[in-house]
Amino acid sequence: MIKRSIFSNRFLPYFLILPQILVTATFFYWPALQGLMQSMMLSDPFGLHNRFVWFDNFIELFQDPLYLKSIVITLVFSASTAFVSISGGLFLATLANRALRAKALIRTCLIWPYAVAPAISGVLWLFLLHPSYGVVSLAIKRWFGVDWNPVLNGTDALLMVIMASAWKQISYNFVFFMAGLQAIPHSLIEAAAMDGASPFRRFWAIVVPMLSPTLFFVTVMNIIFSFFETFGVIHTVTQGGPGGSTNILVYKVYQDGFIGLNLGSSSAQSIVLMSLIIFITVMQFKYVERRVQYTG
Amino acid sequence: MKSRNLVLVIALALMVVFTAGEVMAKRIEIHWWHAMRSARGEVCNTMIKAFNDSQDKYTVIGTNKGNYDETVNAGVAAIRAGKQPHILQSFEVGTQLMMLSGAVYPVYELMADAGYKVNWKDYLQPVLSYYMDANGNLVSMPFNSSTPVMYYNVDLFKKAGLAPLDKSKAVTWDELGEMLDKIVKSGVPGGMVTAWQSWTQIENYSAIHNIPFASKANGYKGLDCELMINNDKVVNHITRLKAWMKDKRFFYGGQKYQGPKSEFIAQNAAVYIDSISGIAKLKKAVKDFNWDVAPLPVEAWMKAPQNSIIGGASNWVLKGHSKDEYAGVAAFLDFLATNDMQIYWHKETGYFPITLTAYKALKDQGYYKESPYQEVGIKQMTRRDPTEISRGLRLGYFIQIRNVINEELELVWNDTKSPQDALDSAVKRSNDLLRSFEKTYK
Repeated sequence: MIKRSIFSNRFLPYFLILPQILVTATFFYWPALQGLMQSMMLSDPFGLHNRFVWFDNFIELFQDPLYLKSIVITLVFSASTAFVSISGGLFLATLANRALRAKALIRTCLIWPYAVAPAISGVLWLFLLHPSYGVVSLAIKRWFGVDWNPVLNGTDALLMVIMASAWKQISYNFVFFMAGLQAIPHSLIEAAAMDGASPFRRFWAIVVPMLSPTLFFVTVMNIIFSFFETFGVIHTVTQGGPGGSTNILVYKVYQDGFIGLNLGSSSAQSIVLMSLIIFITVMQFKYVERRVQYTG
Repeated sequence: MKSRNLVLVIALALMVVFTAGEVMAKRIEIHWWHAMRSARGEVCNTMIKAFNDSQDKYTVIGTNKGNYDETVNAGVAAIRAGKQPHILQSFEVGTQLMMLSGAVYPVYELMADAGYKVNWKDYLQPVLSYYMDANGNLVSMPFNSSTPVMYYNVDLFKKAGLAPLDKSKAVTWDELGEMLDKIVKSGVPGGMVTAWQSWTQIENYSAIHNIPFASKANGYKGLDCELMINNDKVVNHITRLKAWMKDKRFFYGGQKYQGPKSEFIAQNAAVYIDSISGIAKLKKAVKDFNWDVAPLPVEAWMKAPQNSIIGGASNWVLKGHSKDEYAGVAAFLDFLATNDMQIYWHKETGYFPITLTAYKALKDQGYYKESPYQEVGIKQMTRRDPTEISRGLRLGYFIQIRNVINEELELVWNDTKSPQDALDSAVKRSNDLLRSFEKTYK
């Protein structure tokens, strides 16, 4: 039977959720509506000249091949970042879960990178991978003859920002996977082992399904992270370059709006970005969540 | 109950203190928002203090609002909220935006209204011309102005058997090419790097060679201007740099100055093109080699090279304040333009003095004998009176246009596009931006 609490006063529940609604309306709906308005206007930053142009800003965006390229870059970047950080986090969590000694120490060390701000993480990776003074890039040039140059080469730059963003997100995922793994009853795994299931089989048939709620949550969070919070990495490391090859949508919004003061186009871009992320999240909930097995 | 009384008492006490403060302060406050930080910020504070001490009617309050972008954004937000400062510093690429904003009190009017007879002829013309309207009236007061020059590593030049360069006569690009060839052959990893590629290699290259950057006199004469940088001369220049990349005479160090500068300091490059205001930074950072400054190279066919154009920022007076306050603003701007202040500013920051009198005074003091670097920029910028083409650039969404140019140049450097294709595409993309800017103000 489902438990239900019923309020005696009809208005009390509305009153109780009022603060939440006010906060959401002020800090989300109102700015979003403003953004929507602005996206259909051509206006100077001072707000003294405004022209309503319907969907001109959007039409211009989608006629711009570079904007379409930026969408593709964002999708590639987000998918790769999420993939690397989720698989990395899961891998490390599985290993750490089986560590015999110094478990607590290992765990703490693996969680640490999450405390690093994305911008700092970007700078650290730049120090390793910069073509002129990066230790790693100088080393691979010397030993393997690989001409690694993220300042000039778009693919190298994209790889570098993916690594920098994924690296610190691995720790975040690690925490959740670790908790998820510890919640899996040992008896199940032991029983499977006694039935002769190999470690790999045990992982796929027991651990992964039991972890699926965590996996789902982490995927949603990682996609959102890689869409928005990776801004710091891009800003400090590549500024969208070279040649726009790391210009992800959220960075373009900033560049065109905050730096370029082109508010109409920038608002239109943020509306597109918002729609895209809503679409992706809804799709995840609709199709992926079906496979998630919640227990209890 | 007791705590409530205490709160009341404190509130009353605070009120008394503040009202008393207001009664005592008869001086009119002038707010100046600027983008000068650290060492330059200190120099600004010193100048503000000198002004405040020099008279007892006005108090200027300077506030640093971050870097250029952040300062402009702070200004935008303040104007929207009706709480704008009296003076806002804005960088040169934002000139068109500020002029059209409708929120600005033009400086020439302000000075005339406040009864100052400024001899504008005494100002460095290439600096003024950047901030003048189409009728030649000054709209904003130049504050920090610089221009690009060529830094070179004297030791590496010597090692390659090259003599130091002349400080007033520019070398030609062909000569520079031969020099860089010798330098690379002498074992230096790379020849030349450049900071701010759009500003130094396209904007200034065009001005020096009197090639229009955009139609309508670089946008001074109308919002319906179009970019023209896909002309043969600029394409040839970019093609040459691209060719130099093959034999390492040129390499790409990044869009801004940090990357290229570190290559120069690490002696990975012997020649480094950047703003004259980089002198202070190089003086601080370079310990293990000698370097010097020379004018930017010119083409052999350009017998009479034009002035280079400026970078930097100017002070904009904003509308919406009282007449008394504007009198104070005028007094402050007048004070900043005095010889003492200009000399101090130039010596401390490396930015140009804005008047010829101050320049002359510096010369008479023998300042340029002890720091000959500093004069290279001024000489290069004042070597000829600016033409309609070399006086400056007046484009809407100029910041985004610079981004476009940067992007397209990077596509040339990494072999994705040919110089002609890249510049064609830069022109097309910029023109789209210019049209959308034009529509905003129609």
